[in-house]
Amino acid sequence: MSDPNATALRTRGAVAFLTPALLLIAVFLVFPALWTLYLGLTDYRLTGIQAAYPHVIGLNNYTAALGDPAFANSLWVTLLYVLGSAVIGQAGLGFALAWIFRRWRGPARNALEVLVITAWIIPSSVVAFLWIAFLDTRQGTLNAALGNAAIPWLFSWPLLSIIVFNTWRGTAFSMLLFGGALNTLPPSHLETARLAGASSWQQLRDIALPTIRGHILTNLLLISLWTFNDFTPYLITAGGPNFATDTLPVYIFRNALINFQLGYGAAISAILLGINLVIALIYMRLLRARS
Amino acid sequence: MNAKRHVARMTVLLATAALLVTACSGSSSPPATSAPASSAGASSPAGSPITLTIAANAVVGGKSNQEAAWITNYVIPTFEKQMAAQGENVTVNFNGTGVADEQYKAQLALDLKSGSGADVFDMDGIWIGEFAQANYIKPLNQIVPAADGWDGWAQITPAVQANMSYQGQRYGIPSGTDGRFLYFNKSVFAKAGLPADWQPTSWQDILTAAQTIKSKVPGVTPLQIDAGTAMGEATTAQGFLPLLVGTGVKLYDESTQKWQGNTTQIQDVLNFYKQVYTTGLGDPQIQLAAKGRDQSFQEFSQEKIGILGESDYMWRGVINPTGGVDPMQDRNTEVGWTLMPAMTPGSGVNGQSFVSISGGGGRVLNPNTKYPKEAWALLSFMASKDAVLQYTNGQAQITQRNDVNSQILSSDPLLTFVATKVLPLTVYRPGFAVYPQVSQALQLASQEVFAGKSVSDAATEYNNTLVQLVGADHVASGS
Amino acid sequence: MDRDRLAPTVAPNRERSESDLLVRRLLRRIGFYLFVVIVGAYFALPMLWLVFAPFDAHPTLVAAPPSSFTLGNFPDLLKDPNALPSLANSVVLAVATMVLVVAAAAPAAYALSRVRIPGRDLLLYVLLLFSSVVTGTAAMVPLFLLVFDLGLINTQMGVVLVLAGGLIPAGIFILKDFVDSMPKSYEESARVCGAGSLQILRDIVLPYARPGLAVIAVWVVVNVWSNFLIPFILLRDPGLLPAAVVIYNFYTEGGQANLRLISSFGLLYSIPVVAMYLFVNRRYGFRFYGGIKG
Repeated sequence: MSDPNATALRTRGAVAFLTPALLLIAVFLVFPALWTLYLGLTDYRLTGIQAAYPHVIGLNNYTAALGDPAFANSLWVTLLYVLGSAVIGQAGLGFALAWIFRRWRGPARNALEVLVITAWIIPSSVVAFLWIAFLDTRQGTLNAALGNAAIPWLFSWPLLSIIVFNTWRGTAFSMLLFGGALNTLPPSHLETARLAGASSWQQLRDIALPTIRGHILTNLLLISLWTFNDFTPYLITAGGPNFATDTLPVYIFRNALINFQLGYGAAISAILLGINLVIALIYMRLLRARS
Repeated sequence: MNAKRHVARMTVLLATAALLVTACSGSSSPPATSAPASSAGASSPAGSPITLTIAANAVVGGKSNQEAAWITNYVIPTFEKQMAAQGENVTVNFNGTGVADEQYKAQLALDLKSGSGADVFDMDGIWIGEFAQANYIKPLNQIVPAADGWDGWAQITPAVQANMSYQGQRYGIPSGTDGRFLYFNKSVFAKAGLPADWQPTSWQDILTAAQTIKSKVPGVTPLQIDAGTAMGEATTAQGFLPLLVGTGVKLYDESTQKWQGNTTQIQDVLNFYKQVYTTGLGDPQIQLAAKGRDQSFQEFSQEKIGILGESDYMWRGVINPTGGVDPMQDRNTEVGWTLMPAMTPGSGVNGQSFVSISGGGGRVLNPNTKYPKEAWALLSFMASKDAVLQYTNGQAQITQRNDVNSQILSSDPLLTFVATKVLPLTVYRPGFAVYPQVSQALQLASQEVFAGKSVSDAATEYNNTLVQLVGADHVASGS
Repeated sequence: MDRDRLAPTVAPNRERSESDLLVRRLLRRIGFYLFVVIVGAYFALPMLWLVFAPFDAHPTLVAAPPSSFTLGNFPDLLKDPNALPSLANSVVLAVATMVLVVAAAAPAAYALSRVRIPGRDLLLYVLLLFSSVVTGTAAMVPLFLLVFDLGLINTQMGVVLVLAGGLIPAGIFILKDFVDSMPKSYEESARVCGAGSLQILRDIVLPYARPGLAVIAVWVVVNVWSNFLIPFILLRDPGLLPAAVVIYNFYTEGGQANLRLISSFGLLYSIPVVAMYLFVNRRYGFRFYGGIKG
C-alpha cells in the first residue's frame, strides 16, 4: 500500500537530495575533467610556444603513447603493482585486520589500529625517507632485523619493495571500510551461527563475506583506481632502477608532466581511464556473477 | 535523545565554523587584475596607495631563507621608506613559497597566463625562453623604456646578463650565478698518496686519480659524477654538460642552430660515464636511487667519496659547517677544489683547457603590472649595490655585481676561486623551451651505458629522440 | 537477501575429543598472536626513522638512534612563521571539505539508492574516473582558470569546493552500499507515521549508515590533509597554505632535504590527524547495529 502522495514527495525529495552533490560535481568535476580530456587532443603545454598557440593534433598524442614500448612496460608494471599491493595486499590485510578487530578490545588492539592509521597519514614526502631508511642496503632497518643481511632491496627487488610499501601505506582504508561494513552485520546473525557450531572460518565464508559483497566490490574498485594513479613510488625508487618500477603515473610524469606537456599528459590520463574502466568491468563481472 | 542532539549541535557548530573560516579567508594579497593598456608608463597620482607584490621561491626559516629574510627585513621596509620620501605611498607584500623549482614554475605560469601574478618575481634563467615564447613575459624595455638606462648593467658581465635574456633582449635582472668544478677530499687523497694541490689537466688524470683511490683506499667511492634520470637536471648540469664542453662543443651551437646529436663528442662523454660506472670508479647504485644526490652529499661529508663534481652550492648550502644540511666541521681544511679539465689540454670550447657550466636566476617584471614605474624602481633597487651587499649579509657568495663581488669575496677562497677562475671560463645552458626534454634524453643516455647498453646504441637512441624534439635539420650528427 | 541466510552449512562433529579441541584452540591462539606480532612489527618498524630523526641533530637517510640527541629541531622549525599556522590551515580545509562532502554525499547516496537509475553503479564509477583525472597534474590549467573565473583564487573556499567536487563521487560510491542494505521497512513505517523525507534522512538513514559516514569522514580528512596539488595551484598567500604544501619549505634551494626540519615537521604533521581519528572513533565510533529507536 503506497500512498501516491508519498511517492511524489519522494521523487521531489530525491531531486532535492541530489542537487548539492550534482551542482558541485558538475562545476568542479565534470567541467574541468572534460576540458582536460579535450586538451588531450592538442599539443598544449604550460610554457613555450604551444602555450600561446596550441594546435589540435587529433589522436597523435594517443598513438605516440600507445606506440611507445615504455608504455607497455609501464602498463605491465602497474598491473602487477595494483594486483600485489591493492587487491592482495591492502584488501587482504585490511579485511583480516577488520575481522580480528571485531571482537577484540584492549590496548594492544588500539595500538595496532593506531599504527595502521598512522602509516596512512604520514605525508608522502616523509614516508619516502622512512622507506628508504628501512630498505637501505647497508644500514637499513629491515636488513638489520634479518640478522645484518645486506640485501639491496631497492635495486634487486624494486617492484616487490614498492608492493610491500604500498600495502603498508594503504591498508588503513580497506581496514576502515571493511570494519564499517562488518559493523552493519547484526551480531545476532553471526551469534546464531556460532551457537549452531559454525567455526569462525565458516561464519566468515558463509555469512560475513556474502553479506558485504557489495562493499568488497566497492573497495576493490576504489583502491585499484587509486593505486593505478599513485605517484608515491616515484619518491622511493624514481621509477627505477632502469624502469623496473615505472608505473603509469611515473611514466606520465617522466614523459609529459615533468615538462608540463599538459596535452600529452591529458591524453595518457585518458588512456588510463579506459584501462581502469576495463578493469572495473572485469571486477563487476567477477563479483556479480556469483549472486 | 539529549546526547544525540548535543552531538548534532556540536557537529553543526564545528561545521559552520569551518565553512565560515574558509569563506571569510579572503586573499590578503592584492586581487588579480590585468592591467589596462593605458597604464603603461603611468604612475598613480601622488598620495594614493600603491601595492606591489614580490614573489619568490623562498621562505623565512626554510628554503632560500637568506633571500626571504632579506626581502622581509630589508628590501620592503627600505623601499617603502624611499618611496615615502618621494611622496609616494607604496606598500610591498612578499609572497614566499618554498616548493620544488618545477612547481614554482608552474604556479608562475598559471598566474601569468591569467594575467595576474606578482609585480616582481624570481625566475631561473633557463625558463626565460619558454616563458617568452608563451608570451608570459616581455622584454624589460617594452614594459619600462627607461630600463635600458639603468646604471647597474655596467656592473653585470654580459655573459651573466645573457642568462636572463632571450633573442638578445633583456627580460630581467640577474640575481646571481654559480660555477661547476671538482671537489676532492684531502685526507682521502693523502691516504691514496695523491697531492693536496691536485690539478688534473685531462679526463685521464681524473680517471687515474680515481683508480689510485680505488686501489689504495678501500671503502671509499673514488668518483661521483652525476648520472642517470633519478637525479634529473643535476645530471645534465653537473655531469654531462661540463664533460661535453670539455670535448669542444656546446650542446646547442647558435651559429649553426644545431644541437649535438650522435657525434663523436657525445660518444666521448658516454664512454667516460661507462668507464667510471662499470669499472668500479663510481657507485652506480647512487645514480639509480631516488634520493641519490642527497646520498652523494651525505657520503662526501662522511669522507666516503673521493672526488665529486658539483657547483659552489655544495660548499655554501650542503657541507657548510654553519647551516648546511650535511655540515663538515673541517670543511675549510678537508675539502679541496680544482677546475674541471677539458678532455685533453686545449680541447674544450673556445680552445680552453678548463671548462665550466653556470646557471642562475634573476628577477623579472610582470608585463601585467599596474604600476610599471614603481615596479621597475623596486626591481632595480633590489639589484642595487647596497641591497645586494645587504643580501650577502657578511657571507661570501657570488653575486651578479662585480663591484660587490670584489668587495666581499676576499674572505672565502673557494668563492674567490669561482668568481675569478671559473666564471671567465663558463658556458650557460641553452634557454629553449625544448631544453628540459633534451636534458632528459641526455640523462637517459648517461644511465643506459652502465645499465648494459653499448655507447653507440645509447647515442643512437639519444639522437632519435633529439630528432623528434627539434627536427632533423637542427641536429648535428657525426660519423 | 543474503542477509537472511542464517543456517551454517556444516553440521558440527560432536565426536571430536576434548584434547583435540583444546589443541586446536591453542594453535589458533598462537596463530593469532603470531599474526598480530608480525603485522605489528611490519607497521611499526618502518616508522623508526620518524621516531629517531626529529630528535637527532644530524639525521641521515638511515634509521638509527640519534647520534646527538636534541630537542632543538622543533624550535628551529618554528623559525618559519608559517609552520604552525599551516597545521591550522590543514585542519580548516580538512574539516570544511569533510562537512561539505558528507552533507552532499549522504542525501545523494540515499536518493540514488531509493530512486534506482539503471546503470547507477557504472555512472558513479565514470564520475570516479573523472575525479582521478581532475586530481592529477594534467588538469591544473582547467582547474586554475575555472577557479580564477569564479574569483576564488587565493581563497580557502575555492580549495574546499574543488576538493569536495573531486571527493563526492567516491563518497557516494562508498555510502551507497551502506544505504542499499538498509531495509525499506524502516522508511515505510516512518512514512506511515507521517515523517517527511528530510526527517527520514536525518533520523533513520543517517544513523543507520553511520559506519559508512564515519569511513568517508575519516577518508576525506586524510585525503585533504595530504593534498598538495590543489592548495598549491589555487593559493598564493603563504599564510593560507596547508601543511602538505608548507612541508616543502624545508628543502634547500638546491633541492636537498633538510632532514632535521622535515622529520620534525613530519611528526607534527601526523599527530593532529591521528588525534582526530582517535577522537572520532571514541566519540562516535564506527559501530552501528540494531534497530531504530523512537
